[in-house]
Amino acid sequence: MTRRYSALSLFKEGLAGQTGWKQAWRSPEPKPTYDAIIIGGGGHGLATAYYLAKNHGITRVAVLEKGWIGGGNTGRNTTVVRSNYYYPESVELYGLAHRLYEGLSKDLNYNVMLSQRGMVNLCHSTAEMEIGARTVNAMQLNGIDAELFSSEDVRRVAPIYNFSPDARFPVFGGIWQGRAGTARHDAVAWGYARAASRLGVDIIQNCEITDFIVEGGRCRGVQTTRGAIRAERIGMAVAGHSSVLATKAGFRLPINSYALQACVSEPVKPILDTVVLSPGCGVYVSQSDKGEIVIGGGLDRVPSYAQRGNLPKLETVIAGLLEMFPIFGQLKLMRQWAGIVDVVPDSSPIIGPSPLPNLFLNCGWGTGGFKAIPSGGTLLANLLATGKHNDISRPFDLDRFASGRLIDEAAGSGIAH
Amino acid sequence: MQLFPCPFCGPRDETEFHYGGDAGNARPDGAEVPIESWTNYLYLRSNPKGTAREIWVHMSCGEFFVMERDTVTHKVLSSTALGGEHAA
Repeated sequence: MTRRYSALSLFKEGLAGQTGWKQAWRSPEPKPTYDAIIIGGGGHGLATAYYLAKNHGITRVAVLEKGWIGGGNTGRNTTVVRSNYYYPESVELYGLAHRLYEGLSKDLNYNVMLSQRGMVNLCHSTAEMEIGARTVNAMQLNGIDAELFSSEDVRRVAPIYNFSPDARFPVFGGIWQGRAGTARHDAVAWGYARAASRLGVDIIQNCEITDFIVEGGRCRGVQTTRGAIRAERIGMAVAGHSSVLATKAGFRLPINSYALQACVSEPVKPILDTVVLSPGCGVYVSQSDKGEIVIGGGLDRVPSYAQRGNLPKLETVIAGLLEMFPIFGQLKLMRQWAGIVDVVPDSSPIIGPSPLPNLFLNCGWGTGGFKAIPSGGTLLANLLATGKHNDISRPFDLDRFASGRLIDEAAGSGIAH
Repeated sequence: MQLFPCPFCGPRDETEFHYGGDAGNARPDGAEVPIESWTNYLYLRSNPKGTAREIWVHMSCGEFFVMERDTVTHKVLSSTALGGEHAA
């Protein structure tokens, strides 16, 4: 029976005809009570469960997922991991996630295929170069690796970019983060699920929340399609559906839900070994380990809960891609899809207590939640275990919208969303 | 490409329109507005899944109007000029 993944176990299983592999996580029936319930079995929810068990020793935990784990935005993003943000609060938050990602495969005993291939945010004018230098300086002061690239440096890492003299968006340079890269998104969900399950967490799929159980003004559990489940601490990490659950709990959030779409081409031989983002073209692109060109862009401009993108935005993104890389004009698109993202006015997440006591929030990641999964999980776990913020989560409390202490990372995504 | 109905110009491409927020989100008035009311007005949103009443602007003619829409199916249910006249 193989429980631990290693080169040796792979070899042994090869000799034994692959018969000893165990199911990666258990699928138990829900119990009537838990110490903590986490709503949402995406990366953030599963990471929360794992860190509750690992960091705080709380293992009577249920993750409730209405569909299949990792089937929402965790399975729909463009898999980029980076921490090139501007404000110190954001750097603490995304820096923590980035560091945890670097040790994640070992920590979870599951290969999340982190590939630190570097990422360049292009600058298309002298004015953008000045802003780029300012961003690089801020990142370096905040202790995050960053380098200001010249046009020649960009040519070195992305020689297939459109460097012709009549390019619509010429390259003056770029912001380089060498530690940035991509990870296998499904593996992040599955790895956290497996590790959490082994520590005793119950992962319950096809279990949709229909209402909250509120007694004495406090949240005491949830009604689900699989019966009532009670706990004294409830966390929600449901991305684009945060407002839907908030309405059930009796409050509103500073969130609009939009579709963010992405697409991949047919697989081709290795041609692009870094992540390239062009603010001018409104496109970010990388090549997956399978060889597909993975393409993302801005939000669809129509508020939506439909998990599909609209055609005008796809056309804009593809037009931008071909401006960046005319060589991709021959590529065939293989798949196109969208996820529903929770967009907040200052483009920073909301982490902290909700207006309903005992219910805690992890939402508002908007277009960039994947890269933050390890820190979102760590921080929500800390809130559920202690009931209090730590220094990293405090600035991201919901109260910043009343106090006016917004953390405006509108430029942090690199794309005008 | 979806067509949205402008109450003044009729059906036009969705790219000609811009979303302007929840309909009925009135600016608080008076000298002493509590901070909760400002937060509510400036930031908090209903963001419904299903039928939504929204303010949109048709950028080609510059007119603002109310559109009722389903946020899951994207079906447009009604489109009305602000003030109620010129219903399409």
